[in-house]
Amino acid sequence: MSSENARLGQPSEIELARRAFRLGRQRRSTWISIASTLAFAALVWLGLATSPGWARVQQSFFSIDVMVQAIPTVLDGLWLNLRVLFWSSVGVLVFGLTLALLRTLRAPIFTPVRLLVRGYVDLFRGIPLIIVLYLVGFGIPGLRLEFLGRVPAEVLGTVALILTYSAYVAEVFRAGIEAVHPSQRLAARSLGLTYAQSMRLVVLPQALRKVAPPLMNDFVSLQKDVGLISVLGAVDAVRAAQIQVAHFANFTPYVVAGLLFVLLAIPTVRLTDWISVRLAKREQAGGVL
Amino acid sequence: MTNSAAAGFEPLENLGPQILNVRGLHKAFDDRQVLKGVDLELYRGQIVALIGSSGSGKSTLLRCINLIEQVTDGQIFLNDRDISDPNVDQDEVRRQIGLVFQAYNLFAHLSILENITLALRKVQRVTKAEANHQALALLDRIGLADKADSYPDKLSGGQQQRTAIIRAVALNPALLLLDEVTSALDPELVGEVLELIRDLKAQGTSIVMATHELSFARDVADWVVFLDGGQVIEEGPASEFFGNPQHPRTKEFLTRLNRRS
Repeated sequence: MSSENARLGQPSEIELARRAFRLGRQRRSTWISIASTLAFAALVWLGLATSPGWARVQQSFFSIDVMVQAIPTVLDGLWLNLRVLFWSSVGVLVFGLTLALLRTLRAPIFTPVRLLVRGYVDLFRGIPLIIVLYLVGFGIPGLRLEFLGRVPAEVLGTVALILTYSAYVAEVFRAGIEAVHPSQRLAARSLGLTYAQSMRLVVLPQALRKVAPPLMNDFVSLQKDVGLISVLGAVDAVRAAQIQVAHFANFTPYVVAGLLFVLLAIPTVRLTDWISVRLAKREQAGGVL
Repeated sequence: MTNSAAAGFEPLENLGPQILNVRGLHKAFDDRQVLKGVDLELYRGQIVALIGSSGSGKSTLLRCINLIEQVTDGQIFLNDRDISDPNVDQDEVRRQIGLVFQAYNLFAHLSILENITLALRKVQRVTKAEANHQALALLDRIGLADKADSYPDKLSGGQQQRTAIIRAVALNPALLLLDEVTSALDPELVGEVLELIRDLKAQGTSIVMATHELSFARDVADWVVFLDGGQVIEEGPASEFFGNPQHPRTKEFLTRLNRRS
């Protein structure tokens, strides 16, 4: 009977029983997760609401009134963050990739270049971004280079972001380049492609695919670190919020700016997850685990 | 016996121009001597089969000829030009020599068609339309035209290896090197690859192949070279070599491999 069913494309009784069992398990875990989420939320709420200063915190951090008034100026500031984000991303990709490529050069004549790149990466991965911001933001204007004129703070901030993030991204690129199996390069060279051609046409396309998730990760960090250019006086979302905070004597604008940054990050984070899942599927590894 | 020996000698009597001439080739990796003075000759349209156990130096010899490895001593002449001279343009030499690997090494991010056209377009500067046209004609010949837009991981090992061979042949190399191209294949897929090599020979391609397929070597090779411990132990026309091996190590190797198959 059951073999008859299998031939007709019907699941056997054993399989039906297994499916029923899995369904039961699934329902049970759904209920458990709902219950535990509610319990947790209730606990947090209780903890907040019963704390003595809650009414004041609510007033000075979550005031709807201040929020409505602060949003337009903070959004104006966020537009500056977005522009800085765009130009620093472009700069980081170009400069980071250049660093990575310079570091993979093997010929002895490039030894000084390789060492220089290594020193650069070590330095800028170690130094806190805020210090780079201060050094670039106040150091470069301090040089009094006439031909530069007066450089706006957001441009100096962008330069500092590029300097720091390129060091990270260079390492990501380098890992990707090294993760491409040497046999691919060998095949390319034996077809007569030059070193540069094999790199550009064979190794890099495969390396970029491999490093897409970690690159996106760095992009997410960059997305919020653009807020740090406010320390140079650029009126971005953070700086705008700060001004509003002083104006209203209320911290709500900071919360507004924070939420806007989170909103900005969510699509990128989801995209990163989606890319990672797609890559994992392509590799077809893992089975059900 | 005498008949087959005579048949084996026949192509050697009217030799075409010499394509490849390897003289006293040495290759050492650090202290390890892998090739200890190998001589090898190949005339146009011939197939030379390199046989020998793993580690005998077959792959290293092929890699030296393709300038993937730097030789430690000796000379390699391609069409009478010393390509082991450090002054030669290595990229230009490699353009004349096709090399096919045991593990196929197709470009994972490119379709089958793009795998074949990449070097045509970027090295030989053929237009895209013309390259596609040539590649499709070759794919058609090996019955894989319908796979043109597939990616390598969707093809069987035999299909990938045939694509890899076609990719090298598309550049019309003066010399084709095949490095154990059937070793990674399931037995039922070996046949289709050997068929393609037979086909190439019929069209006059000059080939040096390292192989474990003794019966195939006996069938298509003009000359067989037995390498052991980085040296040529014995060589001769295929029928002569397999029919009447002289050196005890050759005999031992042949019986060992025959017993296995």
